[in-house]
Amino acid sequence: MDEKKIKLLEKKANEIRIAIIEALVEAGSGHTAGPLGMADIFTYLYFHELRHDPKKPNWPTRDRLVLSNGHICPVLYATMCYAGYADIEEYKKTLRKFGTKFQGHPHREYFPALETSSGPLGSGLSQTVGMALAERIDSGKSHQKWIYALLSDGEMDCGNTWEAAMLAGKEKLGNLIAIVDRNNIQIDGFTEDIMPLEPLSDKWQSFNWQVIEVNGHDFADIHRAVGEAKAEFDKPSVIIANTIPGKGVHDFERKFEWHGKPPNKEEGAMALRELGTRC
Amino acid sequence: MLNPESKLNTKLFDTDVEQVPIRKGFGEGLLAAGEADEQVVGLCADLTESTQMHLFAKKFPNRFIEIGVAEQNLVTVASGMAAMGKILFVSSYAMFSPGRNWEQIRTTVCYNDRPVKIAGSHAGVSVGPDGGTHQAIEDIAIMRVLPNMIVLSPCDAIEAKKATIAAAKTNTPTYIRLAREKTPIITTEDTPFEIVKASVIWTPDVGGDKHRVSKPVGIIATGALVHKAVLAARELEKDGVSATVVNLSTIKPLDADAIIALARETGALVTVEEHQIAGGMGSAVAELLAQKHPVPIEFIGIRDRFGQSGTPEELLEHYGMGVSHIKEAVHKVLVRRV
Repeated sequence: MDEKKIKLLEKKANEIRIAIIEALVEAGSGHTAGPLGMADIFTYLYFHELRHDPKKPNWPTRDRLVLSNGHICPVLYATMCYAGYADIEEYKKTLRKFGTKFQGHPHREYFPALETSSGPLGSGLSQTVGMALAERIDSGKSHQKWIYALLSDGEMDCGNTWEAAMLAGKEKLGNLIAIVDRNNIQIDGFTEDIMPLEPLSDKWQSFNWQVIEVNGHDFADIHRAVGEAKAEFDKPSVIIANTIPGKGVHDFERKFEWHGKPPNKEEGAMALRELGTRC
Repeated sequence: MLNPESKLNTKLFDTDVEQVPIRKGFGEGLLAAGEADEQVVGLCADLTESTQMHLFAKKFPNRFIEIGVAEQNLVTVASGMAAMGKILFVSSYAMFSPGRNWEQIRTTVCYNDRPVKIAGSHAGVSVGPDGGTHQAIEDIAIMRVLPNMIVLSPCDAIEAKKATIAAAKTNTPTYIRLAREKTPIITTEDTPFEIVKASVIWTPDVGGDKHRVSKPVGIIATGALVHKAVLAARELEKDGVSATVVNLSTIKPLDADAIIALARETGALVTVEEHQIAGGMGSAVAELLAQKHPVPIEFIGIRDRFGQSGTPEELLEHYGMGVSHIKEAVHKVLVRRV
């Protein structure tokens, strides 16, 4: 990945952050910190890594991306809109409103291009384990599709996550890549105060996963991590992405208070000014 | 008399009637479904033989995955596989699936509208000596409340096999309720089966003359207790009661036409199920009839209690689901009949 591509991705991620702020201000509710923190990884996946075709969302051999922590859907929606799955202006105007494609948490019935519906935490990884298993039944070890699970660190508290991790390790699912948004916050506070996860890498390793740590805001580093994940043949891989919650807006960064609330008009205008200087 | 159109087992009143666990029919049905369609996949949570999935697992090892004691994972993995075009059957005891993993079923199967078939074995108190922790008596309620979910409750092993094969051909989430104990065989290979369709098993023996019908009553039964409902109907005939027994093997969606017709013809009903009365099959029937054709109903089922250890017969008697209880309920509802 050359410098030019990195600049392009940085610009795209910034546009996505702007759209997220605009949509959240208009919606008047929703989550801010997680979506801003994951904008770079979503941009990388949809604009560089995924094998997909927005014109054919049901293309059978597409890669699969499952968002497990559905509450950060503002970043999924904005990225999918810019990628061509839906209209970005519709997103900004209708997020969380009656009858919208862009439900408060993802629902396939309203937005069929989504790979799954989500919201209740801890169930996304196991769905991707199922997808990876189905692909292995169909294609053996010469798999054609990569299956991505996008997870939060908060949902590492859920038993279902580890049930899925254990099964993926047992089944040696080399076509499965999990990305954990390690932003250190959850609703009630910092993860290490609420329910300590560390040593998180050791936990995954002991479940027979390849573990890769990455700076979740550095496109070259993300590219390296996904490359390493894809080079592993006999194990599932987890990328622990160290991210800054609220990334891009100084006043929102590293504050768990911004996990589950939207900016008001003034806060939104301030955020847009800051993001606007990077356009 | 037995409804000749249903082509039932004529030996069903014999004391030595053939008895087979209903779950065995599931195992045979899954094997047949797997032979018919290579997209069929089976997942089990450490109860493969007990839920009879071992027949499928042995024949199709590549399409069987052992999940371990992890019921939340069981259905969510199934949802993911179904998203890739597979037809999923998952089995465990009903107490654990759908008992333990209800939210995952709601969100990843029903809300997502994925064709996952959940086989819940060991439903009802007739599980016996294992005791109350293992006796699912709430599963109909928690499954029928879910949008998109079909709820099947076959009356014997032969019907369970047909229900399983039929479920594999639908593109919808489905719950199949199974019992552990040996259950008398009521139906035959020739008995018609269709999802949604209720079937009349027993009709008053009046030689086609409706004027000879006295004290009409409808008995709607589901699952293993259908046999007891037929036994009760035959005994009631001697008391001059003209009972019609319907086997309601699909609890959701209800065969509304058949139930309303039965209510119209008889004017009084008894529902029979091995489940809590609250939220069960009888509740579903009552919800329908309260709106469409209200008639007095008596409910046979468990009255807001948990089960315990014992033999199946002891437990069915203790919790009020024996033949005598069905007869009593019929006499009670006849008094209330307008």
